[in-house]
Amino acid sequence: MKRTDRSPWNALLLIPIVLPLLTFVYNRETPKLFGFPFFFWFQLLFAPLAVLVSVSAFYLSRKKA
Amino acid sequence: MHVTELWITIVLFAAVTVMGFAAASWRRAHDGPHLESLDEWSLAGRKFGSWIGWFMLGGDLYTAYTFVAVPALLYGTGALGFYAIPYTAIEYPMVFLILIRLWSVCRKHGYVTPADYVRGRFGSPTLALAVAVTGVVATMPYIALNLIGIQAVLSVIGLSGHWPLIIAFAVLAAFTYRSGLRAPALIAFAKDALVYLMIVIAIIYIPAKVGGWGHIFTAANAHFKAVPPHTGGLLTSSNQLTYATLAFGSAAAIFLYPHAITGMLSTRSREVVKRSIAWLPVYSIVLGLIALLGVVALAAHVKPLVSNGKANTNTIIPGLFEQVFPHWLAGIAFATIIIGALVPSAVMSIAAANLFTRNIYKEYLRRQADDAEQARVSKITSLAVKVGAILFILLLQPQFSINLQLIGGVIILQTLPAVFVGLYTSWPHRAGLLCGWAAGMVTGVWMLYVTPNPAAKQAHWGGSSFAFSHLGMHTSVALYTGFVAVVVNLVVVAAVSVIAKAFRVPDGVDATAEEDYFTDEEDVTAPAVPPEVALA
Repeated sequence: MKRTDRSPWNALLLIPIVLPLLTFVYNRETPKLFGFPFFFWFQLLFAPLAVLVSVSAFYLSRKKA
Repeated sequence: MHVTELWITIVLFAAVTVMGFAAASWRRAHDGPHLESLDEWSLAGRKFGSWIGWFMLGGDLYTAYTFVAVPALLYGTGALGFYAIPYTAIEYPMVFLILIRLWSVCRKHGYVTPADYVRGRFGSPTLALAVAVTGVVATMPYIALNLIGIQAVLSVIGLSGHWPLIIAFAVLAAFTYRSGLRAPALIAFAKDALVYLMIVIAIIYIPAKVGGWGHIFTAANAHFKAVPPHTGGLLTSSNQLTYATLAFGSAAAIFLYPHAITGMLSTRSREVVKRSIAWLPVYSIVLGLIALLGVVALAAHVKPLVSNGKANTNTIIPGLFEQVFPHWLAGIAFATIIIGALVPSAVMSIAAANLFTRNIYKEYLRRQADDAEQARVSKITSLAVKVGAILFILLLQPQFSINLQLIGGVIILQTLPAVFVGLYTSWPHRAGLLCGWAAGMVTGVWMLYVTPNPAAKQAHWGGSSFAFSHLGMHTSVALYTGFVAVVVNLVVVAAVSVIAKAFRVPDGVDATAEEDYFTDEEDVTAPAVPPEVALA
């Protein structure tokens, strides 16, 4: 059987790659959170987002195999 | 002199030293202290599982220099310096699928370095040499910068002179020589535990002392409005593209570094690679919090130490700890930074030594070198690499290492077509890849050279964003230099490959087959270690 790494779930990985590159989305002061400007608190969410999506992609694509 | 801090640092350093030496027999069941192959010495037998893999890669990739330089960047340049956050968040999803292919083909053919792989894929020792030399040149200043991280701490403690630094590095060299990759892998547990502990304490304790996050950001905002270029707390319209390309280019570059590939290759299976990579952004959460300490340092009015008339912003994080922490806590924080420098320095010196051994020594000097001889050469070279890094610090201005590391990031990216693109297609001609590499190197270094830094009064090597106005264009657009250089590289690769194929220039023979890129744990028929050891 021919092996492959292909899985539709891999497309999920595009979200945590593309979103952090769109500076116009987060280059703003407000809304603030706990005194953090939007620019800072929003970007701090990128890493947890990357974990969430990559771990999901890992398990979802594994189940299929 | 801060005596409490000094003693705590010495005690923790001593504990880690014991771990480093003891690691030689860690997860090894048989035959004494000799680690007589590169698979054993430099890849710890290629059998690390997910936990060790995750800790080790985290300890390897997040260097002491990262921990002092990223907040220093935020302190110095404001919002633009925060690009390290998107960079370290996107790097893992970007390589998630790429690295398993690299792992498989390296496992199948016993490749130890990225240059080994390029040699096999494109049948060109010359191209492999280019990749190897690029790796060594990019890695050396990186090791030197970790020394700068240690030195920043030592100078805040109040130790002058170079001897403490030399002792620390001599100890590191000794246990790396003896234990190979097992030493940094074991120490990574201690390092990472300390890092997580310190950052939780720092992020709760310090802002409250300084007046809360609201006050901190207001103060930082006011500061960046007052000093040129008067940007305030956000990106300007002209540096948004710089920010995005810096993040993207740096993320594409990080897993081309030899030390990152060495760490990745020490894992047991594709699944371990995937699981470790999936969880690694957890470290980026920590880095984000550490980065913010740069803004905190501004609000706390921490001033960098001045040496040779130049303000060294790398001292602001140790300086902040010294200013707000009680002595004992500052001591633990300082030890954390120093131990944090040991793990990546060890892996980097192993990776650089392997490049020399495999792609220069064995390729060009002694074809018949067997496993034991290669391990011996690598062990000795790893010592030489560390002596070289020390000489960087003793003989040259720190600024020189910083410039070189800047260049390192740009040039390592020039191995992307051969290494990463090569994983998906063998279409590029070896002559095309070599010409593309050369073109990327030359344009990259030239762009860095012509970039000034008015704030630091430097005419050259002023930063890694290239302003297109240098090409006579009337525009304020600036992009990450490495990004521009690798685009030039890829265009040349494609153009020369088409020409070379049209003129039927002989191409290299591909030693890899498509199924090699899916090799997994259970496919490797001749295990690198006897089964009874693998079970232990």
